[in-house]
Amino acid sequence: MIPPRKHLLGLEGMDAREIHGILDLASSFEEILERPVKKVPTLRGRTIVNAFFEPSTRTRVSFELAQKRLSADVVNISSSGSSLSKGETLRDTVANLEAMKIDMLIVRHGTSGVPHMLAEHTVASVVNAGDGQHEHPTQGLLDLYTMRARLGDLAGRRVTIVGDIAHSRVARSNLWGLRALGAHVTVCGPRSMMPKSVEDLGVQVEYDLRRAVRDADAINVLRIQFERHGTPNFPSPREYMRLFGISNEVLRGTQPECFVMHPGPMNRGVEIASDVADGSRQVILQQVTNGVAVRMAVCYLFAGGAGPAAEENERAGGEAAAATGTARRLHATSA
Amino acid sequence: MHLESETLPGEYVLSGAILLDPESRRQGPGEIWIRDGGIVEVVFAGQSSAAATVPRVPCRGLALAPGFVDPHVHFREPGQEYKEDIESGSRAAAAGGFTSVIMMPNTLPPLDHAGVVQTVLRRGREVGHCDVHAAGALTLGRAGQELAEYEDLRQAGVVALTDDGSPVESAALMRHALEHAAMLGLVVIAHSEEKSLAHGRHMHEGTWSTQLGIPGIPAACEEIGVARDVLLARETGAPLHVAHVSTRGAVDILRLAKHTWKVDVTAEATPHHLELTDRELVGYSANFKMNPPLRSESDRQAVLEGLADGSIDMLATDHAPHAPDEKELEFDRAPVGVIGLETAFAVAHTGLVSSGRLQLLDLVQRMSLAPARRFGLEAGRLVAGAPASFALIDPEAHWLVGAESLRSRARNSPFLGRTLRGRVQATIYRGRLVHRAPEPTPSLARGG
Repeated sequence: MIPPRKHLLGLEGMDAREIHGILDLASSFEEILERPVKKVPTLRGRTIVNAFFEPSTRTRVSFELAQKRLSADVVNISSSGSSLSKGETLRDTVANLEAMKIDMLIVRHGTSGVPHMLAEHTVASVVNAGDGQHEHPTQGLLDLYTMRARLGDLAGRRVTIVGDIAHSRVARSNLWGLRALGAHVTVCGPRSMMPKSVEDLGVQVEYDLRRAVRDADAINVLRIQFERHGTPNFPSPREYMRLFGISNEVLRGTQPECFVMHPGPMNRGVEIASDVADGSRQVILQQVTNGVAVRMAVCYLFAGGAGPAAEENERAGGEAAAATGTARRLHATSA
Repeated sequence: MHLESETLPGEYVLSGAILLDPESRRQGPGEIWIRDGGIVEVVFAGQSSAAATVPRVPCRGLALAPGFVDPHVHFREPGQEYKEDIESGSRAAAAGGFTSVIMMPNTLPPLDHAGVVQTVLRRGREVGHCDVHAAGALTLGRAGQELAEYEDLRQAGVVALTDDGSPVESAALMRHALEHAAMLGLVVIAHSEEKSLAHGRHMHEGTWSTQLGIPGIPAACEEIGVARDVLLARETGAPLHVAHVSTRGAVDILRLAKHTWKVDVTAEATPHHLELTDRELVGYSANFKMNPPLRSESDRQAVLEGLADGSIDMLATDHAPHAPDEKELEFDRAPVGVIGLETAFAVAHTGLVSSGRLQLLDLVQRMSLAPARRFGLEAGRLVAGAPASFALIDPEAHWLVGAESLRSRARNSPFLGRTLRGRVQATIYRGRLVHRAPEPTPSLARGG
């Protein structure tokens, strides 16, 4: 598969073929993660900068592990060590990184649109690791991967996203990806956390949790961050749990095969009850495992134009072909 | 003597242009005799009585309007001259056909004392590319806590009062500001906004803010402000001018205020709100970030309707220069505002006249006579004794807006790279040629 795009800025605008291509590649990488030696030389010599201008543990570690499994050279920048907080323009920041000859930039930033702005000014590939309230495409992809693994073809399936939709980049990436794959998406949450005209994005809006999950094949529960909101938009965590919290009692009103996802970190007792979080209906840790495989696929595909190698990989399947393809490409560039 | 010499003599006759006089509502071929910076005679459908020895300056193919009046510019001097100063701002004004501008008081220090106002007005006269007027601050330091000394400001020469850039948050203080200003014969320009609905928000709230993940400012943020301010004007009987109207609801409120409540209220709209919508934010360019933000298509249509039916009285650019490096910050940190002087006529002409909503003469009225009347400026008229300040326009000229051609020090135009229809080919300010478009029209080139 050849990604037609150089950057992964969001799932908005991606079609089913592209998404399936990434997910297919991820499943070939998943096998590597089960080996005793979890490392292949695929991205040897490639330099990737993980620039996290917003606190993150899970996503950063997931990316870093994915890159190390592929033998890339990895540098991490966190907000405390960066210059963005010192008033430097984004353009200067990216120019400096580029001057150090990097191949790929993974960006997490609190402001929507930052990866877009960086992508305009760099020759490196930019992968969005979460920007403001806009998108978190690799989280979206790993959620799709998890759902696809359980449900097979997602066309016609029903997925309900529950939580603070307005502030959630996970919700946006999920809804774009799910719609591209033909799933029906319902968003559910408090009215004060529902973004204006969200139905224009092709989703159904439901304020009654029990109705929203009744026919769902999967429920994606978002983390609620009351502390993030400038103006109080909800009375209390207690009221939230009562109206929108996913409990076993709520799950009793769903289809028997329906399962629960959560991008983490969880607020137990707020958006998800502990008995659900630890119960048999959730796939939360599976999502985390899948995240590494999906990010391996993303790093592989977007780290500096994986053209022929990727094509060969698709033909042959598996990481071995990917490795030889990359080796050939590296050879070609050095010639 | 020809225009391409880039100077004009002390006395001459402009000949061959189509004259557009918004006051008498006459339009047609004619001649204007100019001496010592003033109009001696305006003749429609005939020849000037000036002696044959007075040079004739041919303007065939051009329309001649009174020099435009912009009631809303930010020239950043004193304090932020790296963005713009009175000289570069005046050049931009001239390039857009503007011969009068009203500077907003949000300079550093703000125009809240007579001394600063006098300095700014003196600098405007020294530069001499247009009449630089000033609006004084409504409150000291524009902080919304205490009233500035309006009589002191009036004597220094301010033509209006405003805290533009932010609303006076206290309705009680705004009421007293209106009362005191009205007593002294000054119009208050309202930046109408309910701040609590705008905090931490950076574009219009709607489908696009939802898609882009940029927290949105609801239309009600502006509409609550406009409603409050016209109600206070109604309560006090004070003259009010509402700045940069951008939503359908605000236009509705203005209609109600004017026709039903008979409030002494006028309003302005900007070219960018006439032409652009929130859809432009796709791509996150801060050249489309301003306050009020670009609104929905329905809002845009309402503003166009409002300008056509008179609910909105005039055009204003809200020319707000910023340095390129400021606009390259993250979207939420980039400052609000766009420049507009040099593209205003063309953008408004494209949206209002080319589309058939307004006659060219009506657009000229909204860009000259209407603001001149509201703020008591000596402008907007084609009559003997008036200043010889004109915009010479070619309504049919297509031109590409390029960053390198801008006279402003700033480059934050939302129209960069666009082709616009209608162009100011030359600007005459008090008898002097202060601007000529880079590529002369055939008529201006002839005889050179």
